[in-house]
Amino acid sequence: MHTVHWVLIAAAVIYIVLRLIPGKGWKIAPAYLRVVLLCMAAFLTLTPFIWLICSAFKDKTIMMQYTFLPPVSDWFNGALNLDNFKHLVNVKDISPQGPVSFWQYIVNSIFLSCTITTINIFFSSMAGYALAKYRFRGRNIIAFVMIGSMMFPSMLLLAPLFEMIYKFGWMDSYLALIVPGAITVFGIFLFRQAMVGVPNSLLESARVDGASEFRIYWEITLPLVRPITAAYCLITFLGTWNAFLQPQIFVQTQSKLPLPVVLNQYIGLYVQEYGIFLAGTLLAIIPPAILFFILQKEFVAGLTSGATKG
Amino acid sequence: MSANIKKSKGGPDRHPLAPWMFLAPYLIYAAVFFVYPLLYAAWLAFHQTDGPQASVFVGLGNFKFVFSDPRFYKALTNTTIYAIASICIQLPIALGLAMLLNNSNSRMKGAFRLMIFSPNLVGQIFVGVMFAVIFTPHYGLFNKGLDALIGWGLEEQWLQNPDLLLPALIIISLWMYVGYNMIYFLAGLQSVDKQLIEAAQIDGASSWQTFLHITLPQIKPIAIFVVIMSTIGSYQLFDLPFALMKGQGFGPGDSALTIVGYLYDWGFNVGDLGTAAAIGWVLAVIIFTISILQLKVTRAYDVD
Repeated sequence: MHTVHWVLIAAAVIYIVLRLIPGKGWKIAPAYLRVVLLCMAAFLTLTPFIWLICSAFKDKTIMMQYTFLPPVSDWFNGALNLDNFKHLVNVKDISPQGPVSFWQYIVNSIFLSCTITTINIFFSSMAGYALAKYRFRGRNIIAFVMIGSMMFPSMLLLAPLFEMIYKFGWMDSYLALIVPGAITVFGIFLFRQAMVGVPNSLLESARVDGASEFRIYWEITLPLVRPITAAYCLITFLGTWNAFLQPQIFVQTQSKLPLPVVLNQYIGLYVQEYGIFLAGTLLAIIPPAILFFILQKEFVAGLTSGATKG
Repeated sequence: MSANIKKSKGGPDRHPLAPWMFLAPYLIYAAVFFVYPLLYAAWLAFHQTDGPQASVFVGLGNFKFVFSDPRFYKALTNTTIYAIASICIQLPIALGLAMLLNNSNSRMKGAFRLMIFSPNLVGQIFVGVMFAVIFTPHYGLFNKGLDALIGWGLEEQWLQNPDLLLPALIIISLWMYVGYNMIYFLAGLQSVDKQLIEAAQIDGASSWQTFLHITLPQIKPIAIFVVIMSTIGSYQLFDLPFALMKGQGFGPGDSALTIVGYLYDWGFNVGDLGTAAAIGWVLAVIIFTISILQLKVTRAYDVD
């Protein structure tokens, strides 16, 4: 019998005992069961992450020997060390242009994600503002085209996009990733939804004071929808940080690649040295995790706002 | 709302061009990166291309080829099994977890929601890299965990056995997306009328009856949304199996070949963008048809 079994049996026994106690025990039994089930779900969800952290610090000689960590007595004998990270940073890469440090890929990913996120928030919120706060001829047609465009899978446009990027001369340039990612219909609708709620009287009084239309958008409306901006910032950042297919197709120079493409290479390259690409994966998921912890409340609200308000 | 705007003197009408200025970036973007590539995709689908320069009109040739290629049907079958399994396994679990959370106090709700959602932050490529190791025979976390729990699976070659590769993908996607769908269900459950549930309980309805007749009808709009979104997402699966197979092919006997994988293979390994565009249209039609069907089927139940 494994420890896991004992834990499960103990949890079940406590539940049965609670059900048998009349009065108070019977009442808290469902709450207890709820917590147990949620703990199990959380445990199953978090285990791969714990395993990833352990693996990144394990020496390659004991990588296979222990599922998680070696016994505490071995911790300071070199069983746990930073070799995987050191190897990653000093890697003599497959690049014909010379060695590329892992830091370079992290910088690439941060640069791409921040640039695309900033540009995308700016343009998407502008279009969302126009749809939310102006009545004009053709507004319905534009909204119709937007909804229609969401029904086409982006994969359909991949082959033509490849030819276009080639003809524009954007192959191996970040323009191939930044320009097609500069705006999303999803973002436009998210901002429209939030900006409809901004009171018109506020915008009117600014107009009376002589503020330009752009200033009304930039200095009054946009700050008022900060929660949705935060949510959309995280959604876009995660999307670009994790994007694989476009950079895989459009970027060729090794030193320009973002993290997902590089880790996909490493898994084929370091077949036997798991620790190296697991350490890389750990580094690659830290920045979005930090951003998520800062913005998580807004993120959850933003995710579901489109679905519940319809 | 509209009356409100019309009433105001010298309101937005004073600047008839303003909305168009705000929309200009989108309009240019839509023309260049949506309308044009869409027309281009239609044109490409009827042409045989060889690199970005040469092309010959082939009529329906690309479509005829795709529909006669056994690999397309393999990809279609794999993707469909994956989509159905995602919906049938993942969504009930997501709904169950959402209901457990909905009845918990708010501090616990926040913590568990955060933990169960967390895999969604990790991109499919990173997840693929992790699980390529987690599914290692004898040493992998999953194999060891399964062995500890049910005494089976220690030596199973999840990623090399054509019969186990698709189940492995489904298990990984369960881990990745159950929390994501849970958040949507939770948002739906929070808008369910609590008085109605209490009334039903006073009338002596069992918790199963309450769920079936009160909760479920009220979260139906969000459930439809989640089902359609998962289907659309499932049919576009690519990154995860690609990384899991270490970027080398699509698994033994194409057992991890998805429709987008098939498209990628034709467009960017073979370099035949015409066939890739044709596959793209087939994918678009599949997704479109399934979405409409799901809406129709769920509407049909409304009439009863």
